[in-house]
Amino acid sequence: MAEITIRKRPRTEAVVTQRKFFKKTARGKVIKVLRERYLRDDVACGIHSCGLCAHDADVLLPSSGSLEHASVKNGHFVLPDTNIFLSQMDLMESPLFSPPIILLQTVLEEVRHRSLPLYNRLKALVKADDKKIWIFYNEYRSETAVIREEGESPNDRNDRGIRKATAWYNNHMSLSRPPVRGQAQPPLPSVVLLTDDVANRQKGETDGLTCMSVRRYVEGMKESGQLLDLLSAAGSESIEPTRAASIRQALYPDYLPTATLQAGVKSGQLHQGHFNANQYNYLEGNVSVPAFEKPVLLIGREHMNRAVQGDIVAVEVFDEKDWKAPADEVVDQEATLKNDDAEDSEEEGGDDEALAERKVLQTELTKQLTSSKQPTGRVVGIIKRNWRSYVCHIDSTSLTSTNPTSLSQQTVFATPVSRLLPRIRLRTRQAPALIGQKILVTIDRWERTSRYPEGHFVRALGKVQSKEAEQESLLLEFDVPYRPFGKAILDCLPPEGDSWVVPPKASADPNWRDREDLRDMIICSIDPPGCQDIDDALHARRLPNGNIEAGVHIADVSHFVLPDTPMDNEAAARGTTVYLVDKRIDMLPALLGTNLCSLRPHVERLAFSVIWELSPAAEIVNVRFTKSVIASKSAFTYEEAQLRKDDPKQTDELTESIRLLNDLARKLRQGRMDAGALNLASPEVKIHLDSSESSDPIDVEQKEQRETNSLVEEFMLLANISVAGKIQETFPQTAVLRRHLPPPRTNFEKLQDILKKRRGMSLDVSSSGALAASLDECVDPTEPAFNTLVRIMATRCMLSAEYFCSGSVGRDTFGHYGLASPIYTHFTSPIRRYADVLAHRQLSAAIGYTPLHASLHSKSHVERVLEVVNKRHRMAQMASRASVEFYVGLALKARSEKETVIEDAFVIRTFRNGLGVFVSRLGLEGLVTFKREIQFDADNYTITIPSPSGDQDVAISVFDKIKVRVDVEQDKNTQRGRVVMSLSHPVDSRGM
Amino acid sequence: MSSRIEILNDGGFRSDGRKQYELRDITIDLSQQGTADGSAIITHGLTQVMVSVFGPREAKMRSQTLHDRAVLNVEINVAPFSTGDRRKRSRADRRILELAASIESTFEPVVQTSLYPRSQIDIYVQVLQQDGGLLQACINATTLALVTAGVPLLDFVCAVSGGVYSTQPLLDLTTLEENDLPNLTVAVMPRTQKVTLVTMETRLHVDRFRDIFELACQAGQTIHKEMKRAVKDRTVALVGAMDTGAKHSSVDPDAMMEDR
Repeated sequence: MAEITIRKRPRTEAVVTQRKFFKKTARGKVIKVLRERYLRDDVACGIHSCGLCAHDADVLLPSSGSLEHASVKNGHFVLPDTNIFLSQMDLMESPLFSPPIILLQTVLEEVRHRSLPLYNRLKALVKADDKKIWIFYNEYRSETAVIREEGESPNDRNDRGIRKATAWYNNHMSLSRPPVRGQAQPPLPSVVLLTDDVANRQKGETDGLTCMSVRRYVEGMKESGQLLDLLSAAGSESIEPTRAASIRQALYPDYLPTATLQAGVKSGQLHQGHFNANQYNYLEGNVSVPAFEKPVLLIGREHMNRAVQGDIVAVEVFDEKDWKAPADEVVDQEATLKNDDAEDSEEEGGDDEALAERKVLQTELTKQLTSSKQPTGRVVGIIKRNWRSYVCHIDSTSLTSTNPTSLSQQTVFATPVSRLLPRIRLRTRQAPALIGQKILVTIDRWERTSRYPEGHFVRALGKVQSKEAEQESLLLEFDVPYRPFGKAILDCLPPEGDSWVVPPKASADPNWRDREDLRDMIICSIDPPGCQDIDDALHARRLPNGNIEAGVHIADVSHFVLPDTPMDNEAAARGTTVYLVDKRIDMLPALLGTNLCSLRPHVERLAFSVIWELSPAAEIVNVRFTKSVIASKSAFTYEEAQLRKDDPKQTDELTESIRLLNDLARKLRQGRMDAGALNLASPEVKIHLDSSESSDPIDVEQKEQRETNSLVEEFMLLANISVAGKIQETFPQTAVLRRHLPPPRTNFEKLQDILKKRRGMSLDVSSSGALAASLDECVDPTEPAFNTLVRIMATRCMLSAEYFCSGSVGRDTFGHYGLASPIYTHFTSPIRRYADVLAHRQLSAAIGYTPLHASLHSKSHVERVLEVVNKRHRMAQMASRASVEFYVGLALKARSEKETVIEDAFVIRTFRNGLGVFVSRLGLEGLVTFKREIQFDADNYTITIPSPSGDQDVAISVFDKIKVRVDVEQDKNTQRGRVVMSLSHPVDSRGM
Repeated sequence: MSSRIEILNDGGFRSDGRKQYELRDITIDLSQQGTADGSAIITHGLTQVMVSVFGPREAKMRSQTLHDRAVLNVEINVAPFSTGDRRKRSRADRRILELAASIESTFEPVVQTSLYPRSQIDIYVQVLQQDGGLLQACINATTLALVTAGVPLLDFVCAVSGGVYSTQPLLDLTTLEENDLPNLTVAVMPRTQKVTLVTMETRLHVDRFRDIFELACQAGQTIHKEMKRAVKDRTVALVGAMDTGAKHSSVDPDAMMEDR
């Protein structure tokens, strides 16, 4: 046990050790706060083999510093100021930027105060293996602590603290290395204060410190060429003042001050919400706010006022007479603003492009509908920016010189892959080399005077269309953590590695404690083909009393992944395994996921079993939960299991138990459907890969659903529901559950209207049961795919399911709408979902097998973890969808080289100048646009195309079946491959 | 606001620069306060409490006396300027009454009340400054005041607060930490290692309780040393004063208070 001491604080030094300040509470009350601090002499400097400081940490800075800088010969350490981390984080994160860094507590706290995302990045950086960073707690060291002087701003005080610490380090190094007599004094390394604050630099230099701006420092480094590009534009202000900035005309209104925004939001005059850009029309966006049922519409650049997808903005809503309807036209940013010059920013405001934009807006306004108006407003301020790094392409037309050896600084446009984002203006010296590459770009700022946000280049991902680049860009775009697992995480694995086996049964063995021996049970697993992480297995047998015993056995991941270990933290941060078409990004190291936890056939594995006694009518008589050891008898694919079940010649025990399970599953499913569960559809397709190595897709087909799929699904649902009930009962405050809120009725309005007008069908959305029933009736006898289409569209109207902590929401909102279950959780896939791991721990505690870890008792902790898991889950879904889309594109490209691809499609939306179509065979949604004038009847969702031959006009409306020609076209500017659709039946729309 | 302050950072420092097992600065003043029979002012960091003891003396209300022992009467007054926001607390405030009750029950078994039947010992607690660990300061000050008053005690009572940040135990919490962490206050009798008080107003995981409880008991010993030194210094000073007044004799001051 550590020694307990009393820290002495001399009362005479109260000036230094006590701090008094006033603070205003949320209610506006002013409170005087007195804080003390204890100054100490044992705060370590972090330099290796320092004679004065005692170190017990293993990560230290090298004693000689870095010797690799041109202007500091004697070796040096870098001590960055706060502004470096605030604006040059990308540089600091670059692996090429490798000098030993001294990070001051003052700096760390200032970063934390200014921006939490940056602070989190900084903390990750400190922990990274390849960086040498030492945190020096200067505020607690008696020599370096500073107090704010009369009339000094907090910023100045911090700067003074940073300079004082720099001076202390220089002094400390000379003290810790006293000259040895008879030996030449080795040159002392120095500490370089890195700051972009000119005043701070000047003061530092008068104090005799070595100070440098980032740019100057980087220029002296070896890899300066690559690193200079990482420099953010925000930092270069003082070095190259933007020319004629004051003359430039402001394009956007100024933001209101923060205090006004807060007051406005509070009083209800302003509304706060996330900004969503419209993917069809870049001049339009909307913000969902609680005060209105429909989202607030923002039309035009000025009203969107520099908001970027995902930002939290404050909007002002206009009077009702100024409300407008969303535009029904497709407006492509690239087409309209093709000629905008990246360099020439002075003339923005009055040029042709702006006029073109205005024209687009005007034409829309004249044709406004009166019926579908919704609240309209404008952005008056940004509550919080949610900028991140975006995957972009360089727009080749914006280059002034394409000479590949040109190293001149150029201003170019980067077009983000996501259609929701504006183009980003960026200055780089390597523009020609970046053409045809996917690159990562960060937005730095968006001035009132600039039409586009300004950003800087972070790094290149690789050639466009190359699989590696596409894959990485996908992972980055959806924020999927994909780095290999670090050493600390791998150290948490069992030391036996691959050769770990369940030890022979012995009562003393901890692995066998309270575990049921189910090794003789006839257990099998049924999974998709090629599945390596088998996390569930099943069994069923008849009991003597006529009932049936059915069991679901889930990999016992929580036996290996213990709470609060590096592996657990990493899994919590990853949240879920991400499946791309040709790659899987694991949540847990592969040794666990595909081996030790995977319930492979013929090996003994630890499991967590849910065992029911079911009546022949599939009603639950009894359920119990137990840790167990199983040995799966076989691992089937869905297809194999189906064949085996259907083959009357097979009568062995395994087949019988599959039949028994199937029987029960059918009844369970019926019971669920009767309770009002929804049968939804999503456009899922499967990519056929040529071979595992080349991963060239040959074809796309729709996923097939077999009876055995639904068998497994039913039992997993049953297990999840049973577990949810149990953990909620035991831990009413912190149980990890999953819910699906009923969708607000307004979400369905449009779909209901379309169905009614086009097909005379109605949709009853009063409850999930009613919806299920009315969806069943939406059938077109001539068109079997119609029902699926309606289901897909209905699914899009719904909210997404989410994990939550049972103590944080009302008991009446626990329900799962889609499954029509009053309570639900995820328990059955702990290898690939972190929420399941938590559910395992809670269930294990609920049955008294292990005590519940302290963190799972804390509601705030569980909430925090689930928030991350929810986000990761959403991102993972989008990432895998995007991955499929990319491969569909590749497959189409291969096909379209051989033949013209013509596919059946349904119209799902109509625009003034085009159609939104859905190609069900490819699971692809696309856009058919017409350049020629067409007639548009928005009330009836119909467009009328004048026939080219002039005899008969052709009308096309929503839900009509048409044929489209699908081409993959390479954008000449950005080298981006994109799917282009054109109508081929009833009329050929090429040239229209 | 508090979310922007780290309770325990990666370097192992708490928000005021202490480490996990370091207690705040303790100063003890045992000088005479007015007409009190014994008094003490103790400061734990920025928490300051003054306790005055009167008695044993005749009870004001005869009905409340007990025929076989003395009654402890604890009254607490919290100065309105003791916290950041000036708030006047009535003496009947529930929290204050509870605080008084726990002080009373802590000392009930320690004070040798049976020596003074039908009498009363008044303990008046003045809270001058608050920054966490209020109960701990009250108990420690009361011990010292009783000692200076010459009331026979079985042992010192030393109290200390402790909390758990995630899985890390912390000792002697400030207000900032108290608001954020599950915490408890433990009062021990250092000589017999007996515990006279454990209170907890927050939820603490049962697995963590043992660690923090044992740690707090140890910290009690550390505080005991500090308190004993203060008592000894004062006694030495008193004896010295007696000597200068009386005739010249050579009493060894250390013999007056033998080390237990």
